[in-house]
Amino acid sequence: MSEVLLQADAVAKHFGGVRALRDVTLSIRRGEIYGLIGPNGAGKTTFFNCLTGLYVPDGGGFTFCGAPLVADAPQKAAARGIARTFQNIRLFGNMSALENVMVGRHVRTRAGVFGAMLRTAATRAEEAAIRQRAMELLHYVDIAERADDLAKNLSYGDQRRLEIARALATEPQLLCLDEPAAGMNATETAELRELIAGIRADGTTVLLIEHDVKLVMGLCDRVAVLDYGALVIEDVPAVVQKDQRVIEAYLGA
Amino acid sequence: MKNWLNPRSTAGIALISVALVALPFVAASGGQAWVRILDFAILYVFLALGLNIVVGFAGLLDLGYIAFYAVGAYAWALLASPHFGLHWPVWAILPIGAGLACVAGVLLGSPTLKLRGDYLAIVTLGFGEIVRIFMNNLNAPVNITNGPQGITLIDPVAFGAFRLSGNSQFFGLTLSGPQKYYFLLVALAIVVIVINLRLQHSRIGRAWQAIREDEIAAKAVGIDTRNIKLLAFAMGASFGGIAGGIFAAMQGFVSPESFSLIESVMVLAMVVLGGMGHIPGVILGAVLLSILPEALRYGVGPLQTALFGKQLVDPESLRMLVFGLALVLVMRFRPAGLWPSPERRRELQETAR
Ligand SMILES: Nc1ncnc2c1ncn2[C@@H]1O[C@H](COP(=O)(O)OP(=O)(O)O)[C@@H](O)[C@H]1O
Ligand SMILES: [Mg+2]
Repeated sequence: MSEVLLQADAVAKHFGGVRALRDVTLSIRRGEIYGLIGPNGAGKTTFFNCLTGLYVPDGGGFTFCGAPLVADAPQKAAARGIARTFQNIRLFGNMSALENVMVGRHVRTRAGVFGAMLRTAATRAEEAAIRQRAMELLHYVDIAERADDLAKNLSYGDQRRLEIARALATEPQLLCLDEPAAGMNATETAELRELIAGIRADGTTVLLIEHDVKLVMGLCDRVAVLDYGALVIEDVPAVVQKDQRVIEAYLGA
Repeated sequence: MKNWLNPRSTAGIALISVALVALPFVAASGGQAWVRILDFAILYVFLALGLNIVVGFAGLLDLGYIAFYAVGAYAWALLASPHFGLHWPVWAILPIGAGLACVAGVLLGSPTLKLRGDYLAIVTLGFGEIVRIFMNNLNAPVNITNGPQGITLIDPVAFGAFRLSGNSQFFGLTLSGPQKYYFLLVALAIVVIVINLRLQHSRIGRAWQAIREDEIAAKAVGIDTRNIKLLAFAMGASFGGIAGGIFAAMQGFVSPESFSLIESVMVLAMVVLGGMGHIPGVILGAVLLSILPEALRYGVGPLQTALFGKQLVDPESLRMLVFGLALVLVMRFRPAGLWPSPERRRELQETAR
């Protein structure tokens, strides 16, 4: 439980004059659910984007699984075992739910053009395995009955679940969820909470950005609070909830 | 593909096969010119399917596609004509032509990977023109392409002593050159169609579609968008190269004129008008757009005489006018193409609501 999976060292990022991240240092341990909270514009999504290679940090860096993370490209981060969802859902809208998850298998499979053109035994076997694993994941997030529907025609809650299934298809060690409960009603949020707890129980470390404070405090093992791009505190929920700076910056607001 | 063996699709395939075999003989009754028009229709099917990989599958707008056709055609022309005194066999030249076109595809692809939409279109347009101008000017100081005069007396496709040009006898049946090319082209087209279908429903095909849908999300799930896009350019270009080789052999003559921008635009129009990304639609688009102008060429003259008793408008201008009008009407009333994929049709209906 105490092995460090991800270490962020003085990660900095600015956009023009806006210092979105000010030397953020934090560490996520293998097997935990780690919450990242803070008011709107605090830099949470920017942190995700730096971690997953969408942005290149202006300073500092990450160590993942004991080796430096040269995340100058998102596909490298995914290959290393970091998967994410997006705050504003980004699915492949005109592909079916099943196909969306199958695309998630891309990084863990090999078939190339020649295999596809000749339809070799190896390619067919791999394709069948991709389909089967994708179907299992749809069952896992409980939207299997929507497998053949186009992603854009799913309900909001199902789209969030599909995005999680697609991320899980890449076999991540660290799953980063950017406000997965946004726009969900109480029932959906409760179900989501169960899903996230299940994912952790099955061995995947979870980094969770969330606005719903109750959800975060109830679910996370440890929580970090960002405010104006700077880390305010990183501790267990019971301590964070009582911290005066946090109450001022965030909970009180 | 799924119901390969059920009686209805078996009957359908049998019917199509009979029609495909009978077609060149029916067409020949109207003269060998019509068989040649058929040959070109299939050549365009070939080209449109190649471009469909780039535009339809991967969503990259390419306005210079004909450059790859040119590379394939010139590869054949230079390796099998008196120009350099080389007469290499088909099994050597076609792969070389495809390979060179593939390299050209990667050359075009690599600097343009970060571009999309209109910007990419402009760069590819420039690329297509550069290739054509190269062909036009590579006759000095060393004469490689023979410049604007082009290359003549190009060898036909031949398998050993069996040449596809001129007449030959089969079981008492006389086959003309264009008819023999027809059967070669149909065979190649079937191979290309099967390859396209297989690619579309493969790991690579899904990656192409994912990039088209949302490039950032595609990267986030670990797709190396750079390589996968290059692959689309390379695959599409290779098909163009093979089509170019057959074109050179069939015509016996190539010159830069055959590879102007309008040709790229025509192939793109076939893909878009047929139904981007949908293989049956693309085939339909290619067949219609290659045959319609020819049908009009023979049709509008007599039609005018019949209606008005004399030629009011020059048939050549009227032909292009009717052709242009047909394009506009199709895109107005069937914006997703004549035969779009079911998803694409639904997509447009939803946005229209
Ligand atoms: N691509 C960008 N360009 C310019 N400014 C950005 C960009 N992304 C984020 N920002 C700015 O960085 C700050 C942090 O944003 P963000 O990370 O999205 O916050 P959060 O996710 O915590 O709500 C905000 O001030 C935002 O306007
Ligand atoms: Mg955010």
